[in-house]
Parts: sequence; structure tokens; C-alpha cells
Amino acid sequence: MRSRYPFLFCGLTIAAHLALAQGTSMVLPKTVEAGNAFSIQSTGSGKATLYIMGPGQVLKREIQLGVTTQILGGSLYNAGHYLAFLSGDSSTESNSFDVVPATKPANLSFLAKPSRLSVGLHDGITGTAYVFDTYHNLLAAPTPVSFELSNPSGTVQKRIVVTHDGAAWAAMDSTAQQGIDRFVARIGEVSSTRVVGQVPGDPCGLKMNARQSGRLVQLVTDPVRDCSGNAVLDGTVVTFTETYKGNQSTIDEPLKHGIAEVEISAHSGATFSIASGVVMGNQIRWEK
Amino acid sequence: MNSGHVLAAFLGSATVAFVAIGTVWPAPSAAAFAGAETVLASSSTAEGAVRNLGGEIRAQHWEKAYARLANKAQFTETEFVHDLTGDYPSLLTYSTLDKFEVRPLHASASEAQIQLTLHWATVVGSSVSARELHVVKIGDTWEPEWPVVKQPTVPPQVIPVNYLRWDVIYRGPGDDWGAQDVEAPHVRIVDMHPVERADGVVILGELLNEDVVPAYVSVTATLLTKSQSTIATEGSFDKISHLLLPKQVTPFLIKFPNVTLSEVGSIRMTPLSALIAASADPVIEIGDQQLHPTPDASLTGQLINQSGQIVNVAHVLGTFYDKGGQVVWVADQYVDKALLPQNPVPFQIHIPEDLAKNVATQRTVVATYSSGGSQ
Repeated sequence: MRSRYPFLFCGLTIAAHLALAQGTSMVLPKTVEAGNAFSIQSTGSGKATLYIMGPGQVLKREIQLGVTTQILGGSLYNAGHYLAFLSGDSSTESNSFDVVPATKPANLSFLAKPSRLSVGLHDGITGTAYVFDTYHNLLAAPTPVSFELSNPSGTVQKRIVVTHDGAAWAAMDSTAQQGIDRFVARIGEVSSTRVVGQVPGDPCGLKMNARQSGRLVQLVTDPVRDCSGNAVLDGTVVTFTETYKGNQSTIDEPLKHGIAEVEISAHSGATFSIASGVVMGNQIRWEK
Repeated sequence: MNSGHVLAAFLGSATVAFVAIGTVWPAPSAAAFAGAETVLASSSTAEGAVRNLGGEIRAQHWEKAYARLANKAQFTETEFVHDLTGDYPSLLTYSTLDKFEVRPLHASASEAQIQLTLHWATVVGSSVSARELHVVKIGDTWEPEWPVVKQPTVPPQVIPVNYLRWDVIYRGPGDDWGAQDVEAPHVRIVDMHPVERADGVVILGELLNEDVVPAYVSVTATLLTKSQSTIATEGSFDKISHLLLPKQVTPFLIKFPNVTLSEVGSIRMTPLSALIAASADPVIEIGDQQLHPTPDASLTGQLINQSGQIVNVAHVLGTFYDKGGQVVWVADQYVDKALLPQNPVPFQIHIPEDLAKNVATQRTVVATYSSGGSQ
């Protein structure tokens, strides 16, 4: 359908130029705020057809020449450059005007990334806000946007950034404490909220203890925490390894309730070691 | 009627006649391949008797195969079948015997020892197992004794499991375009090393899930010339453990056949990760891991399922390091038996003979698959 507009456009433009000298004219405002009502004043007499064409919109009205034509509010709402053609029995007149975004912000699109990251990362969280009016036209005028990142402990990071060409962005640090942060972008009463999960980092000071359990050895970690003291999440895999006379046994055990616990065959002289990802823990030599 | 028509009529008639003859009196080998019956050798030799048994197993004529055994009083036909195909669903349950080899080890006038090597065609490639059969002469015929390994069974019980499970809810179609989606897991290649082999270049490495959520992972590599033009792109396919729990590491191996390392200017690695619903269960202990030097260099060990869930297929991946801690090879093996709770199942991963001398340490991981979904 869109591909027909250029042909229609060309046809109407040629017709308008052919009829320029025939006495019909119209007066348009230079700019119209998106969604606002406005009027078009025409000269001449008789009936004519008014066409208004712009980005994604075409209006057609049968009008009386010489009478002010009212275009109702909400009729034109996409910001951009519009062409108006007035086609009468004997002449055609053309003119143009701009529909500009409304001045008041009404919508905010907020992109926050990432949705999940480790604690203690400088500028690890970025937020980008795009400001729109009621009709989702991008507000190009500089507008201050407030970015606010708050975590459950009450720590708040706040930045106020003025939009440039309709967009504003800010970077925030992830804090040392794990939890679900609220990341809010706000302009006046319009706001948009995103959730950013701050998760523990790599285990720090990974340590296990060994004790006899019947014919087996029970290996139990201390509560596993990262370097900021956050409890490492359950499900994180801890690898226990027993090395004995060149033989090796390994168990990948996920943390449960903050600790990992396995039972492994007991050999006097065996060495037990522990690791999680690329982090090594302590070693225990088992003598019994 | 010219000579051409006569020739055509003759060839047509001959074809119909041969088809009819082949249908009514098929050649034994053709019938065997069609699954009708086996190619039977004479059981007047020990080797022939074992060959007949292999043919019946290949044709899945369990009743006939069982009937040929000298020691059938020691076990039932069901136990014999379960010994071959598994009691619980496993890799062998959905496989067929592609071929078999018979190798005499020892023979006397009344008894013989013969090795029967079975090449099973499974969904993940060939799986080879070997049995040593004692064959005895009874009257004029030889009958093999099947060295049955009775399959363990799990007594009925309730095993409480309280491991974590992760489920994922993605953004919906009605969400605003600016609404954030759940972040893909963060994974990192912690080691990568190209190796030139006789059949091409191999990329070896290790991938770490450094996130707090499970990840479905794979790795692709692109070889580039010195002028940055692409030579080839390949993926790790099944030479990787695709499911990584938080902080878990998998080796990977990517093959580039018919490429030499001298052609390669640089390598572009692309690790892929996606969120996946997963469970931390089952936990598999990899016990008694032992490196065996050449000849027949290998890593052996046993898998012990510490959970209550039956694992139908286990895929063992071994990473082999030199003294400096650099990866020198990655090899794998699918275990063809189901892992029942607390029942050890052995595995053996072969190491190329020329690389075995460089191997100082190893690390083994196991990926498991249970019916009803991958784990």
C-alpha cells in the first residue's frame, strides 16, 4: 500500500503545479502539535477536496471553498512533514506544514542491561531512556531524565541526564551486596522501572572439612561466600577430588543451603581437594 | 519384430525370472540382511558355533540364540537379552548389532576360548563391547557358554531428592520493546589450544559457566588465514557437555578435517549460551579414575549415580593435560548401560598413542540424559 503513495504524491503535485495560476489558495499553520486541532482557511468558491498526507497518515475531506475547515484534535498524531492539496473543479493548490511532538513527555522506554550481574562492578549497569509523547513521537527537545538505582539495603545511586535527540543514558555501579535492585528512569510523573539482579561473585576462601563417616569420609564445606561476604547461590557446583596412589575420584556437587557435602571412599594417605569454577580451595591429607 | 525388441523382451523376462527365483530361494546372506534369518555356519567347529550365535544376536533372534547356549540352565532367556540390551532403557536399547568379530584365543579337542566382539550401531555412533566365550564340544557339535552378567535391579523404594531446579520465563509477546528479557548466562572460554593431527586441525579447550544460572552451551570456531579470509567454521557438536551448572567447566573439541595449521593465521572462537530449565540432580561420582600408559593408553574409571533418578545415557568427557597444565587432548565415551542408583558402571576412554606420553593429569566430567528430558 505504501508503495502507491509516491505515485499518488507525484500525480497530485503535477496537478497542483498545472493549476497554480487559477485563483484558489489555502492558509495553513506552519506547525501543529501532534494530536491538536487546527484549521485551514481557503479562498474561492464552490466545492473542493482536501488531501493531507504525511508519515503513516492520509486524510481526505470534502470542503466548501472560502470557509474555514476544522481538523479535529487527534486527527494528525504522527510527527513529521505533511503535504496538503486542495483540489477544486478548476484548480488545485498545495502547501506543507509540520506536525511536531507534544511538549509534555507521556511515555518512557527504558532499556536496562544487564538484568543480572556480579556484585562490585564499576559502571556495570547501563540504562538508556527514550522520551515520547502520548502518540509515541520521540521528543527531540532536551529533557532531564532522572536515573535511580536502589538496592534492598537502601543504598541509592542517582544521576540526572539531559536527553540528546530524545535519548539519555547513564551507567551505575553494582554494589557489594547481592539482591534485587530497582532501576528507575523518571521524567516528572512518568517513570519506568526495571529489575537488576546483583548476584554473588566467585567463591572466596573456599574451605572444606573432612570427618569419618562409617567406611567413608564425609567432606563438608564451610558456608561458601564470595569476597564481599555474600552467600554463593545454591546450585553452584563445587568439585571434590580425591587423589590416592595415582587414582582420582571426582564429584561435582551443587551447593545446597549454602554448603556442599559429599561422602567419598576413605583411603589412608589420600589427598582431598576442592574447587569451584577456576577457584581452588584447601587440600586435606587423610591419615587414618 | 526387429532384433532390438527381441532383446528387450528377453531381458525383461530374464529379470522377472531372476526376481522370482531370488524371492522363492533367497541366498542365505541376502535373507540374513533382510532380517529373515541368519547366515548359519556349521557348529562342527568352535568358531562356527560362536559365529552362529553372533548371527542370531545380530538378527535379534533371541530365542534361537539362547537355544544355542551350553549354559542356558544358569539363566533365563530374559536375563540373556537384558545382558545384551540392558534392563532399563539405555543406549543399547535402541541399537542394533552392526557386525561382530570372532577371534579364537585358545582351543583343545573338547573346549575353546573365543572372543566375540560386538559392534553395536547406536544413535551416537558405534559402541563396541567384547565377551570371552568358553565353548564346549558336546557330541559332534560345539556350544558356547554365555558369560552372563546379571543386571542389577533397584529395589522399590522412595528416594527423597531436594536439589535445585531452575525454570525460565522469557519475555512475552505483549511486553514493551524496551522491557528487558532474562539475560543469557555468562560463559567464558578459559583455555583454547589448536593441535595439528594427521586428519586436520583440532581445537581443544575448556568453557566455564561463570554465572549463577544453568547454561546450555556450545562452541564454534572459525579458522582464518593470515589475510583474515575464512577457511572453515565448525562446531563442537557432541564433543562438549552441553549443560553447565553454575561454575561448572566442560572441555570441548572441534575438528577441522583437511586443514593444516600452517594455513591458519588466527582463530575466532564463539561460545554460545542460552538459559535452560535444568536440575542439579542427578549427581554422578566419577570414581577410580586411572590413567593407563601405552600400549592401549586410556583413562578408566567408574560412574556411580548418587541420586535416585535412573540415568539412561551417560556421556563421559576426559580432558588431558601435560605437565604444564595445558590441554593436550579431549576424548569421550558414551556409556551404553543405564546408571542405576549406587551401582558403579565402568568406562574407558582411549587416548591417542602418540599423545599419551605427554599426558600428566586429567579431569573428567559426565553429562547425563534421563528419559523424559535432558538433565
